[in-house]
Parts: sequence; structure tokens; C-alpha cells
Amino acid sequence: MSDPVVWLTIFVLSVFVGIEVIAKVSSTLHTPLMSGANAIHGVILLGAVIVTGTTDSSVALVVGLVAIVLAAINMVGGFVVTDRMLTMFTRKRERP
Amino acid sequence: MIPTWAQLVYLGCAVGFILALKGLSGPRTARVGNLVGAGAAVVAVATPFFYLDLDHLPLILAAIAVGSLVGVLGAQRVQMTQMPQLVALFNGVGGGAAALVALLELEHMGSFTTDFDVVATAFTIVVGSVSFAGSVVTFAKLQELMTSRPVVPPGLPVAFVAGLLATVVLTVLVVREPAVSTGVVLAAVGLVLGVLLVLPVGGADVPIVISLLNAFTGLTVAAGGYVLGNVVLLVAGTLVGASGTFLTLLMARAMGRSVANILFGALRGGSTLGAGEASDRPVRSAGPEDVAILLGYAERVIIVPGYGLAVAQAQHTLRELVDVLLARGARVDYAIHPVAGRMPGHMNVLLAEAQVPYDQLVEMDDINGEFKQTDVVLVVGANDVVNPAAKTTPGAPIYGMPILDVDEARQVVFLKRSMRPGFAGIENELLFDPRTTLLFGDAKDSLAKVLSAVKSL
Repeated sequence: MSDPVVWLTIFVLSVFVGIEVIAKVSSTLHTPLMSGANAIHGVILLGAVIVTGTTDSSVALVVGLVAIVLAAINMVGGFVVTDRMLTMFTRKRERP
Repeated sequence: MIPTWAQLVYLGCAVGFILALKGLSGPRTARVGNLVGAGAAVVAVATPFFYLDLDHLPLILAAIAVGSLVGVLGAQRVQMTQMPQLVALFNGVGGGAAALVALLELEHMGSFTTDFDVVATAFTIVVGSVSFAGSVVTFAKLQELMTSRPVVPPGLPVAFVAGLLATVVLTVLVVREPAVSTGVVLAAVGLVLGVLLVLPVGGADVPIVISLLNAFTGLTVAAGGYVLGNVVLLVAGTLVGASGTFLTLLMARAMGRSVANILFGALRGGSTLGAGEASDRPVRSAGPEDVAILLGYAERVIIVPGYGLAVAQAQHTLRELVDVLLARGARVDYAIHPVAGRMPGHMNVLLAEAQVPYDQLVEMDDINGEFKQTDVVLVVGANDVVNPAAKTTPGAPIYGMPILDVDEARQVVFLKRSMRPGFAGIENELLFDPRTTLLFGDAKDSLAKVLSAVKSL
């Protein structure tokens, strides 16, 4: 998997998938969609955990822990606030 | 080396993110989509704990707990009106985290690293920093910690170009010798660029910039995934980068703006029409009883809700007023501008919170033809989205933005706190039109008075 061309292939295909899956979104859902996508890139938390867990310098440890806190805010907060927005849409749609 | 089972788990998570975005783009599937995304993210983050022998485990878990707690509290406590700021802030910290991860990666890099890896790392550092600093400025603008109007310090274009050149030079340096100190300078330049990028953007365009920075952070995470050799980061980041860029273009189109114009329009000058000061030109203001009479005997009423309604927390009072008018036999609808509030779809969220029935919310394109036959339009705390300058004044910051054609109605009533201009900082000629009546005061207060006056008609 270390071949850059393989990575480039995954990248290019993901670009097309990313555009294709949201192509038909209605403007009403722009805000929750943006917020949900925002939460997804919080998965950088995974990267922050790996680099922090494999370092032996104390400066790097501190920087890594800061990165973990920031990424966790992004990921967890992002999904929770998106869910909060969407609950309102659901309740509204269930009204007779 | 990542074991095969973990690679497969990562693949599953990547598919989960695709399904999440797919779900989020449809009204019925949105909530499930979000939960699928959250599940995939949790599984992805948990995976390395099972195949890597991670040091500092207690500290890592504590940091995750702290971050999660802050995130959950922020997400639950925030007022729905302040949500755009919160999304901007969440995005900013994500970008910051990606930049920090890349800085730490730089430390491990030596002669065995390919140039392309280092370039990807430099990219992550710069763009992550841009996203962080840009989001902080966006937050300050939306929270009104600073002026929401475009800020163009002298020499800004020169400084911006200089910053871009500096990143190129520093990237070359860091490729020749991957030193963490060079990386820190890169991050600093990125922070400055982020500030310079967002300062000249006018308040009304800020939502589009949030969406763009969101896409930036996505690409940052993708590059970070490449550097770490982690496929789920690459796919998740790329998905967000691509869909975020596309979403930005969709939003810009809904507002009739071009992204290039939003980012660089203020640099060319001439887009900051209007002084942003309260005008002292004469207007016709009235009391709640007069407004009640106008509304109470109208057959066709359209409500235009804006951000001011949400700030005053007047959604519930407004719904009561509408219920009374409906009971009196009038036809009443809410006209929802695509960017009413602070973000596309924001007003739908706010009115849904006040339990306004969905079928009373009519989108701009569907209602614009009806204003000609409308007796009274009640504009509550909105301004820019009904400003005819968008059609008539080339050079106005909002020129070309599609607006609600309120100026075609027989009577227009504005509920306003003051004569201060709207978020875009320009005056609204409609306020001085002879068909327009103004009722000054807090929206909730005014609506309550109008409501009791209508009831006693």
C-alpha cells in the first residue's frame, strides 16, 4: 500500500464519491450536512492518538495531547450538535 | 505495519462515512446518516488501541475524555441562533489538530522519507493552520466580537501574496531538511494567511467561508492520512474536502454570489457600500394597534422571519400571532429565504424548534410570485434578504443576491429594533417607501403587543 499511485487512485475516486453522494441535497439540509461533514473530519483524532502513543519526547507528548483534545472536540461535539439540529427536523415532520 | 483485520475495519469505516454523507443529504435519512457517521468514527478511533502498543495510555484516554466533554457540553448548551459560530469553531479545532499531528510527524522524518511525503506534511501544516485561524476570525465576526463588515487593512493583497510565496519557500526548505522548527514557521505563516483570508469577507458571506474552511480541513485530514499511511483518514478527509467544496459552490449559487468574489471582492474595493450608521431620514413608524389593524383585516399575509426574530426568541409569539390570524380567516405563510438566519437552512431549524408546521414554510422561489397579491408582508428582524438594492444597485455588497420580492406587496410592516442596517451593513431603501410601516422595539415585545391588539379587534 505504500505506492503513491495507489493512494492517488483512492484519493481521486473518493473525490468523485464525495461529490456524487451529496449532489441532490436540498438547501434546507445544507446546514446539518455541513455540520455532519465537519464532524467526520474530526476522525483526525485517530491520527492524533497514533502519533501521541508512539512518541517518546515530552514536548511531542504535550503537543499530541493538545491535538487529541482539539480533535475530540471536533468529532464528538460535531456529531452531537448535528444530531440536535436533526431532531428538530424529525419532530417537525412527524406533526400531522 | 497495520494488520489485515485492522485494514478491513478501516475500510468498513470509510464505507460508513460514505453512507453517512449519503444519509445526511436526504431529509428522512439524515438522522440515521449522522449516527452511522458517528459510529464509524468511534470504531475507527478505537481500532489502533487494539493493534498498536500505545504508550501514555492513561493520558491519551484522559485527553479524549476532556475533548469529548467539552464538545458535548458546547453542542448541548449552545443556542440554536449561535450554531453557525459553533460549527466554525469545531471546524477550526479540527484543522488545528491536523496541523499539530503533521508537525509531530515531521519529527520522525529523515532521509528515508520521500519528498512527496514531506510536501503532504507541509500542506497539512499550512492548510490546517489557515483553517484554524480563519475559523477563529469567522467566529469573532458571527459572535460580533468584531465588526461583521469587510475589514481591508492597507497592503492586504501584498501581504497575502507575500505569505503565499513564503509558504512555497518554506516548503522547499522543509523538503531539503525536514526540521520541526521550519514546520513551526510554516504553521505561523498559515495562521497569518488564515486571518488575512477571512478579514475582508463581509458578514453576509461568512457562512460560505465556513463551508469552504470545512472543505479545507477535510483536505488537510486527507493529506495527514496519506502521511500516516492510514486509509480511513485519507478517504474521510477527501470525502469531506470534495463534498465540502461542492456544498460551498451550491450555497454560493443559492445566494447568487461567486466564491472568488466573496473572497477577493473586498480587496478590489468598492464593495463596502453604505456607512453602516443609523440613518436619520424620515420613516413612517406606527404603534402595535395600527399594525394589528393592518394584519387583522388582511386576507393574505406573508411573514418574513429573519435573524432578529431568533435573537429575540420570538418564534413562539410569532406562531401564536399567525394562529390567531389563521383563525380570523386569513391565508398566512412564512417566506423562507435560503440564507435567512446565518446559514442556509438555519431559519428552518429555528422555526422547527418553535413547532411551526412544515407546510407553512415556503421557500423563496415558490413564494416570490405571490407578493404582488399580498395585502401585508410582516418582516420580523430581517433586512438584507428583502433589500431591493440586491436588484437595483450594482456595487452594493449584496448585489445579485436573490431576494424576497417584498417590495411588490401592497403593504409592508417591519418589526425592527432600530434603524441600524442589517448584517451586510447597507441601508434598505424599502424602509423609506411610502407603503412601509415600521414598528420599533424588541421583536418579542412588539409581537406580544400586536397579538393582544389583534385579539381585541
